[in-house]
Amino acid sequence: MEKILFLAYTQDDGLLPKAALETLNAAIDLASKLQAPLSLGLIGDNVQAAADAIAGCGAQEFFAVEGPDFASSRYASDAAAAEALARRAGATLVLAPSVSRFARSLPGAALRLDGRIETHVCALDPGGDSLSIQRWYYRQRMIATLTRSQRPWFLLIDPGVFKPWEGQQGQATVDKVTVALPENARRTRFVGFEAPAADAQTIRPEAELLFVAGAGWTKKQADGQPHVKEAEKLIHDFITKAKASLGSSKSLVDQTCEGGEVISLLSHLNQVGQTGATPRHPKGLATCCHGEEPHTVGWRFINERRAVNLDGSCGWAIGKADVLYVADAFQVMAKVNELLGD
Amino acid sequence: MSTGFHIVVCGSLVPDPLQTLNPVQGANGPGLKNELMLPAVLDPFAAHSLYEAANLAKKMPGSKIWLVSLGNKAKLQQLMMTIAQKVAFELVPLDGPASGFTDSFEVAAALAAAIDKLANLDRSRLLLFGGCASASRDAGVTLQMVGERLGILDQFLAVDELKLQEDGSLRILERIEGGQYQVSACAGPPAVLAWATGNLPEPPNNPQIGMQNMRVIMPALQKAQPAPVAAPGVTFASVTLPAQQRQTRVVKDVPVEEIAKEIVAWIKE
Ligand SMILES: Cc1cc2nc3c(=O)[nH]c(=O)nc-3n(C[C@H](O)[C@H](O)[C@H](O)COP(=O)(O)OP(=O)(O)OC[C@H]3O[C@@H](n4cnc5c(N)ncnc54)[C@H](O)[C@@H]3O)c2cc1C
Repeated sequence: MEKILFLAYTQDDGLLPKAALETLNAAIDLASKLQAPLSLGLIGDNVQAAADAIAGCGAQEFFAVEGPDFASSRYASDAAAAEALARRAGATLVLAPSVSRFARSLPGAALRLDGRIETHVCALDPGGDSLSIQRWYYRQRMIATLTRSQRPWFLLIDPGVFKPWEGQQGQATVDKVTVALPENARRTRFVGFEAPAADAQTIRPEAELLFVAGAGWTKKQADGQPHVKEAEKLIHDFITKAKASLGSSKSLVDQTCEGGEVISLLSHLNQVGQTGATPRHPKGLATCCHGEEPHTVGWRFINERRAVNLDGSCGWAIGKADVLYVADAFQVMAKVNELLGD
Repeated sequence: MSTGFHIVVCGSLVPDPLQTLNPVQGANGPGLKNELMLPAVLDPFAAHSLYEAANLAKKMPGSKIWLVSLGNKAKLQQLMMTIAQKVAFELVPLDGPASGFTDSFEVAAALAAAIDKLANLDRSRLLLFGGCASASRDAGVTLQMVGERLGILDQFLAVDELKLQEDGSLRILERIEGGQYQVSACAGPPAVLAWATGNLPEPPNNPQIGMQNMRVIMPALQKAQPAPVAAPGVTFASVTLPAQQRQTRVVKDVPVEEIAKEIVAWIKE
């Protein structure tokens, strides 16, 4: 029989991030379908508040690796904590949210346990008594359903796939697992966070809407001139008013980094597509994008998609968007901003 | 005391991103239709890491770069025609499948074994570079497992910047959630850095570097060790292209006001 372990880090407020609550929901559902026991493993400076917040989730056991050494993200301590929790729980299936700390540390933890790992998992199917999962290959070009015989099997679940767990708070009894870090595990020190050199926070994973800006915004317009500063203001105003996350095609980001007049809001981190991100949002609005498949994988995981382009046969939209507005994005977005008000 | 870094870059080939890819079921599991015929490029994130390695080596005299590549030998040779003109390195080829459907666990074992055998590699100066994820498997786990096998506890994923500090320590920026960077300070090598794009453009071709490289690359390719990695224990039930054709409603010759109203109504739904 499988034994399931859910792993999560506490965030600065001592609670679990949304991505973790989503994976928790997936783990609870899987445990019930496989009729397998579920334990939780929490990592952080002090996990009691997080454990209490999910006390009603039905897990059999709560384990924790706690302390200042585990408060911030660092490979050596994170891998040691995950390894210790998986050993203690005797887990055969380890589910964790695909956040940067786990993406960095779980592969090493899996190796130490002679386990295996799958990342970017986007579906779990416990059909019968063996689990199969789905993930994409070749950067969202094809989707595979697969099973594995090796255990423990570590699964990093992509954010935005499952609904976050909601339920009763309570008082959790947490079993502390001690991890003695070797001295060479402290050679790396967490210094802090830094925003890229763009003048606003433009990437918002939780946003309802992804706004994708293409290179058309910097191209010569009907009057024979580019209007980059105007484009920048329209984009900035829109993502601020609509609280949207900003994505960009590769062409536009590359221009940004190659000098000349550029849209200063953008950095490489905004790029979506095969060599960029593939974020998940309920809605997406693409403007001035033309890149054909396979580059349109940038909005593969957007549920409802609309596009604005001057070109009615735009490769980014036809067959890929629900609606294509054949119009000038400068005019449309100026009006949209006006309608959205302040 | 010797100075400079010993930079080992792990990177292999992937189909050119502009190619149409179709999955096929073979005797040993899934693969790509006409895989060996598809034009290939150096895996983009790994390529960025190679350029970063070259830049670092230039700043630190006495440094040396190895490129460890697991892929079909004939395809690797083709790839070298372009890559070898950009950066001076010693190629360590492993002759095996570069398919996305092989298991990262096996690939990491093969890469680590090859690195372990490198003559003249000074582990105390080792920086293990590569991409933060491949354009084939896109799992983002291989480098960490290579690092583990080599006993390296300082690891960084999705790196965009590495700065050498005066005291010999490393200041590293990693991409994390929400378009932010995590800043870390690492005492020094050995360390694993799995790069995102970094900040460097692709170096121009330099035929002189190419000629110098090829003298070592050709014999290395001839002696390439077989690395028949697979995915034991994994059963693929299906691999399919997404059925993602949408019925696009094209709205044309409609006043801008109406379009804007429709978009705003949809956003607010
Ligand atoms: C190895 C490799 C990797 C790549 N990876 C990626 C990736 O990850 N992501 C990615 O996006 N691309 C990627 N590309 C690039 C890709 O091939 C395309 O070049 C790119 O996506 C096109 O960018 P675009 O759609 O912004 O611009 P363009 O193709 O230049 O299209 C501009 C569009 O704007 C429209 N337009 C202009 N003015 C207006 C206006 N006023 N109103 C409305 N519409 C207007 C035009 O009609 C046109 O359709 C990659 C390429 C390579 C070779």
